[in-house]
Amino acid sequence: MSAHGLILAGVDGDRTWRLQDYVARGGYAALRKIIAEKTPPETIIAELKASVLRGRGGAGFPTGLKWSFMPRSFPGDKYLACNSDEGEPGTFKDRDILRYNPHTVIEGMAIAAYAMGCARGYNYIHGEIFEIYQRFEEALDEARAAGLIGQNILGSDFSFELFAHHGYGAYICGEETALLESIEGKKGQPRFKPPFPASYGLYGKPTTINNTETFASVPFIMNMGGNGFLELGKPNNGGTKLFSISGHVNRPGNYEINLGTPFSELLEMAGGMRGGRKIKGVIPGGSSSPVLPGDVMMDCTMDYDSISKAGSMLGSGAVIVMDETTCMVKALERLSYFYFEESCGQCTPCREGTGWLYRVVHRIENGLGRPDDLDLLNSVTGNIMGRTICALGDAASMPVQSFIKHFGDEFAYHIENKKCLVPPEVQYAGSQIYVSPSC
Amino acid sequence: MLSQESLQQIDREIAKYPSDQKQSAVMAALRIAQVEKGWLPRDLIEFVAAYLEMPAIAAYEVASFYNMYDLEPVGRHKITVCTNLPCALSGGVHAAEYIKQKLGIDFNETTADGKFTLKEGECMGACGDAPVLLHNNHKMCSWMTTEKIDQLLAELENK
Repeated sequence: MSAHGLILAGVDGDRTWRLQDYVARGGYAALRKIIAEKTPPETIIAELKASVLRGRGGAGFPTGLKWSFMPRSFPGDKYLACNSDEGEPGTFKDRDILRYNPHTVIEGMAIAAYAMGCARGYNYIHGEIFEIYQRFEEALDEARAAGLIGQNILGSDFSFELFAHHGYGAYICGEETALLESIEGKKGQPRFKPPFPASYGLYGKPTTINNTETFASVPFIMNMGGNGFLELGKPNNGGTKLFSISGHVNRPGNYEINLGTPFSELLEMAGGMRGGRKIKGVIPGGSSSPVLPGDVMMDCTMDYDSISKAGSMLGSGAVIVMDETTCMVKALERLSYFYFEESCGQCTPCREGTGWLYRVVHRIENGLGRPDDLDLLNSVTGNIMGRTICALGDAASMPVQSFIKHFGDEFAYHIENKKCLVPPEVQYAGSQIYVSPSC
Repeated sequence: MLSQESLQQIDREIAKYPSDQKQSAVMAALRIAQVEKGWLPRDLIEFVAAYLEMPAIAAYEVASFYNMYDLEPVGRHKITVCTNLPCALSGGVHAAEYIKQKLGIDFNETTADGKFTLKEGECMGACGDAPVLLHNNHKMCSWMTTEKIDQLLAELENK
């Protein structure tokens, strides 16, 4: 855990997630203050804007601006949704936030509901982390019993009902309108936009959806002030951020650091490269973000602007580290299979294109590649991108384009020699069963 | 068709949503039905749909869209192993291969005694714990070395 952390600061594994522990860490002070002082919603949104908190789910959209889109005075129901449908390969931060500090999400959502005039909210939790869903329900019971959510919160005239909803195995539900469809009890197929959820969301009512970590940051921003939060990071990249590090490092896990921290320091926190091997490539922001060569990554700092300048995206902060034992064709093959499997099938370019991408990468990996396959792959991605309702098509295409761009020689070698540049025994040495020291 | 206890659980889920939006509880209701019956035969999906006052086809669409619902019988213990890239880099594929060998089955197969079904999973959002597997959808097992796999299968064998 980082010394500079906010969300994970002071938490002690599974032992300190309950309401009393959160209150002992200063929890619910922000909500109490807002209710006691009847803070105007505009003031809350102004603080958020000053903090330059950017959406932690992947898109990096400024949260304060998003909240200001909600028609607060619109008569009738307005909804709030938390996106904890964390299934982007490499991302596992929201699971730890909900497991170790669920009340900071509840408090953040209550403040959001107050600021936007929402009377009801749902936290949509990834189906595969069912135990975390159960824990969140317990935390909700605690908050309800303490009068922190529900009717007339802390004796005021502010009411906000909050519930947990679980997914059951569909990556696409992390897309915000698919998530709303899923809460409505339907297949998770994304909606065409506009209209955006702020005008037509859950049950057709104005709705704001934010990521778990975004909500979790809100109480801290209220306590320290927007500028205090901003100053932890760097201009245009406010605050701390959780980075989920997986792959070929000694200590995979979540590390909460100030935005703008050099990647090399983050790598060091994660115990450095497993077996002291050489870094080959890094996917810096979840499987959908373009891969970067290791040496490019070593010169980056961990914030939205630096990673974007290097040609990728900070995304959800999921850092997948690959060392020299990795076959980049095999790595891409597995990712391409994932997008093929998870395409919801609604848009033809994505439904057909993701399968096409997978089959071509698969045949290259299996020694059946054809000389013009790389051109074919680039052409297919070009025909998917920008032609679908949601971003899954783009998400499937960006890994293909970037793997070919940075590791094209390895793909060409595969096609020409019908085998891998990295010998199988070397690959095995790099990725055999590995035990975490914290286990 | 479902026990009183399951129906009570479903009622608790229905109460989370506006009174005219019962359908919102379908994901939880199908999950609860599956936990009781082991899998989701068509008449069970129809029962859940009727209970929630929604068209049967709409409930079937949900059951067939989300991959943790089982539309065919599975063994008493369903093991789902994540083999996606971050897990594969830390032994996820090897863990799956080891289980295949031990149980003598491939993905999407069930052992002859009906005890175990093996599935290949997609990202479970726990990549830092790789290799990771799910037992019967709800229990996540982390850092599954061959020793821990041996131990888990031995425990489940008698359950």
